[in-house]
Amino acid sequence: MSFLLTCPHCGSRPVGEFAYRGELTPVISDEMDHAALHRAIHLRRNVAGPQREWWMHRAGCQAWFVADRDTTTNVVSSTALASEAAPEATR
Amino acid sequence: MSGGRLNPRPAERIDRARPLTFRFDGREVPALEGDTITSALAAQGRLTISRSFKYHRRRGDITAAGNDGGGLVTVEGRPSVRAALEPVREGLDVRSQNAWPSLERDAMRIVDLVGGPFTPPGFYYKTFRRPRRLWPLYERVLRRASGLGRVPEPRDERTYRTEHRYVRCDVLVIGGGEAGLYAAIRAASGGADVVLVDDDVEPGGHLLVNGRHGDARRLTEEARAAGVQLLTGAAALGFFDGLVPVAQGSTLHMIRAAQYVAATGGIEQPFVFPGNDLPGIMTSSGARRLVELQAVALGSRAVVTTIGDHGFEAALALHAAGIPVAAISDLRTEANPDLVRQVAEAGIAYLPGTTIVRARGRGALSQVVAAPIDADGRASGSTRHVLDCDLLAMSGSIMPATSLLLQSGATGVFDTTSGRFLPGELPAGVHAAGIVAGHDGASVLSGSSAGDAVLTALGLEVDEARRADEARRLADRAPRVVAVPPAVAHDGRRGKAFVDLDEDVTAKDVAYAAAEGFDGIQLSKRYTTVTMGPSQGRTSHLGSIRALAAATGRDAAEIGMTTARPPWTPVELGVLAGRPHAPARRSTLDGRHRTAGGVETWVGDWRRPESYGDIAAEVLAVRQRIGAIDVSTLGKLLVRGPDADALLDAHYTRRMSDAPIGRLRYGLMTDDRGRIVDDGTVCRTGDGEYYVTTTSGGVAGVLRRLTWWREDLGLDVRITDLTATLGAITVAGPEARELLSGLADTDLELDGEVFPHLTARHGSVAGVPCLAMRVGFVGELAYELHLPSEHAVRVWDAVTAAGARPVGIEAQRTLRLEKLHPIVGQDTDAESTPASAGLGWAVKFEDDRPFVGSVALRHLDGQPLRERLVGFRCPGDGPSEGAVVVSGGRAVGRVTSSRPSPQLGECVGLAWVAPDAIEDGTPFEIRDGGRSLTATVARKAPYDPDGARAAA
Repeated sequence: MSFLLTCPHCGSRPVGEFAYRGELTPVISDEMDHAALHRAIHLRRNVAGPQREWWMHRAGCQAWFVADRDTTTNVVSSTALASEAAPEATR
Repeated sequence: MSGGRLNPRPAERIDRARPLTFRFDGREVPALEGDTITSALAAQGRLTISRSFKYHRRRGDITAAGNDGGGLVTVEGRPSVRAALEPVREGLDVRSQNAWPSLERDAMRIVDLVGGPFTPPGFYYKTFRRPRRLWPLYERVLRRASGLGRVPEPRDERTYRTEHRYVRCDVLVIGGGEAGLYAAIRAASGGADVVLVDDDVEPGGHLLVNGRHGDARRLTEEARAAGVQLLTGAAALGFFDGLVPVAQGSTLHMIRAAQYVAATGGIEQPFVFPGNDLPGIMTSSGARRLVELQAVALGSRAVVTTIGDHGFEAALALHAAGIPVAAISDLRTEANPDLVRQVAEAGIAYLPGTTIVRARGRGALSQVVAAPIDADGRASGSTRHVLDCDLLAMSGSIMPATSLLLQSGATGVFDTTSGRFLPGELPAGVHAAGIVAGHDGASVLSGSSAGDAVLTALGLEVDEARRADEARRLADRAPRVVAVPPAVAHDGRRGKAFVDLDEDVTAKDVAYAAAEGFDGIQLSKRYTTVTMGPSQGRTSHLGSIRALAAATGRDAAEIGMTTARPPWTPVELGVLAGRPHAPARRSTLDGRHRTAGGVETWVGDWRRPESYGDIAAEVLAVRQRIGAIDVSTLGKLLVRGPDADALLDAHYTRRMSDAPIGRLRYGLMTDDRGRIVDDGTVCRTGDGEYYVTTTSGGVAGVLRRLTWWREDLGLDVRITDLTATLGAITVAGPEARELLSGLADTDLELDGEVFPHLTARHGSVAGVPCLAMRVGFVGELAYELHLPSEHAVRVWDAVTAAGARPVGIEAQRTLRLEKLHPIVGQDTDAESTPASAGLGWAVKFEDDRPFVGSVALRHLDGQPLRERLVGFRCPGDGPSEGAVVVSGGRAVGRVTSSRPSPQLGECVGLAWVAPDAIEDGTPFEIRDGGRSLTATVARKAPYDPDGARAAA
């Protein structure tokens, strides 16, 4: 794995500079029953294809941002700060 | 007898005026400056360089280019160095591998003499299975008998440096042969930023050995002039999502380009016939390298075997260099008449329609037999040409070196006319030029066309008319006529015919494996290990496919090919590791710790004083008088803004926003699963402003969590990491207030009524502004002074001069254990919940204040615990950390912290135990290595259980 990511602040950088948080995860709420909580905490979609995910520029400006990446090709089609992405886009 | 030097060759690299001497297996070997280990040994008539992997047969360097496993040696303790690429130096110590007691008399040769039919693939797994208890013995013997080289003993200090270098460019051309040079020149001339890497000491590829070295040097100069960055002695290791690591000496270049041109050429494949591994049998390009570059008189009588015109060129070149060539055996019945005439004029016997069916010799080649063969490769008819020779140059199929292209995502497509695999459709941004693209003999057109393709992809201008003309000429070129050799050619009698010389896999082994059901190329590869040796199939890939095709009655196209894994070229692990990189964080008091005799230790990224020589005295100093501890390593965050309340209330297991200003609260942080991730103190320093400490190693993780939530929730909060900006000194002990009173300015009132336990105040100590916090980690009256790190020395000097004894972290660990204070990460792990760790008191569920982990913790609330963290006391020195807690002979927990307490006279510690045996005083058993100890549960702190001293 050795692709490039475009940090919204710093530009195109090797992936090693970034921390990966993973795919967008559901909001955990009080209403969840045990099974729903289990799914939210432990299970991931693990998409083979395009997915939206969280990254952070660990060795740079420390910004968190969302990226659209194809997990089968590692082609990143877009990146955006959470505040600039559509509100529904971060979950 | 072979050996010696030829008359000067025009492209030779040796300097005949500069002789030198190196040692091979302890004996002195004369050489010339410019020799490789292989060429120097060959010039002495020594063609045996190693013993083979399995049968311990004599092996030479068959490609003289590092493309086979036969030429691996140990150089100055470095194992498996490729002798063909390693220049000799005066006094160099070179040792052969895989031979004992010596290369000439190898005891394990017995495996070959009795083996063969008795050591089929899978032999060791099948034979040494029973009795199972003897496997450790078998394994020890077998491991010693197999393998290549010995890993050197570890050394404390590296004697050489390795570096990583990151490169971005428009175009990376891999391979500096004619096609690669033309591609690079065309691309650079068109305005692209081009890097060209080549693994030889100078670019040129085959031009260097086929009499066109002048062209090689002219093209190299042209490339330089066009602005191409040339890296020589640089091997591309693989293709990783558009990153190509290139090893050049001790440097690893991480090259990322917009466009890639693979001009990696082709590798001449050996023929498969009985005895094909005798020293003296080489690929023709290998022989030509030694002849042209080091003028080695490789043989006194050579035979060339071929399937195409390139064998004639090799024969004529050897003849012209002064090596007598007896015959050329060509599997084709017809050849270029011009070449046939030329070999006849050179006095070389031409044997059309034949191939080599056997080689003979004791220790080295002395005779080959050429004969016509039938469709199965068996000698047919009655004609047998028995040819005495000491050199056999094999001009077999040229297998395109497609590995990097396959790694980039291309697939291999079988080409029936040439009987080999060519790269199919290439991924975007990847191009192929020259032989690797199947364009044998058209390197100039192929390279130039690739250069134009690269320019077009980059959006740069190309001469359209020229491009179209070159494309047409490339498409219209006359194909080279070659024969496809059989999987194995033989005379029907016994003898090992090797498909893979690296791994000692014979054609028979492949057939045997196929008969056992391993009849796909992937299965065959794994079961027989064919192509899995050091050369990664460079000289065996095509042969293994042909052997499997023959064994299963299919054709090679159906068999398909495997992808060699990176690294495509062997590389030392030290080069991959790069520069040793272990940065140490040090507090600004580091110099004081050294002068005070501090014994350093690693704590996460930090170097901290473990003690100042007397741990017990340091513990007692805090308990009885006063000590000073450097706690600058604590994580320190300033959290400010309108939403600071919301952010912290959502992260700690209790509310922080309702704390009075100046109040400290213990903060415990959990994750969505309700597991403990960090703890620390939270001080509300003003409206919407908090000063937060974290564990010493935890600040990066806490910062990452807080900033992610801030972004996700869209909160207006600034979080500033002050860990390095601020230092921190704990002044602890019954005399702490008295000592600080003498140093504090009037702005810092220390009176217990004004400045009680678990509060914080701003003020100056020794003239340095501090945030002083009264905390209880060590269980005594203590002030944690947070202050600008550049002034920490002033305060440290003042408090130690006033009588505070420097106290290291080992004493601090003992002090906190006497109070049973757990350390997150030391006593807790990824499964610990607040309830299981005995920290349930720090969790407050409030309906209007959900926090990270609260939903999970509510679900867990009331559920039985699987284990529980408790304090314990144990006579004597106690168990070591990591010892096992047992109950009824079963492991039920473990010791996470354990220290002898100097004042209690016994050991105190923390351990995970079964949740049904946690009453105060309950005895439990600890197994520590061979020892069995009895400890008792301590639910209250053994020292000052009511906490009166810290609150004093």
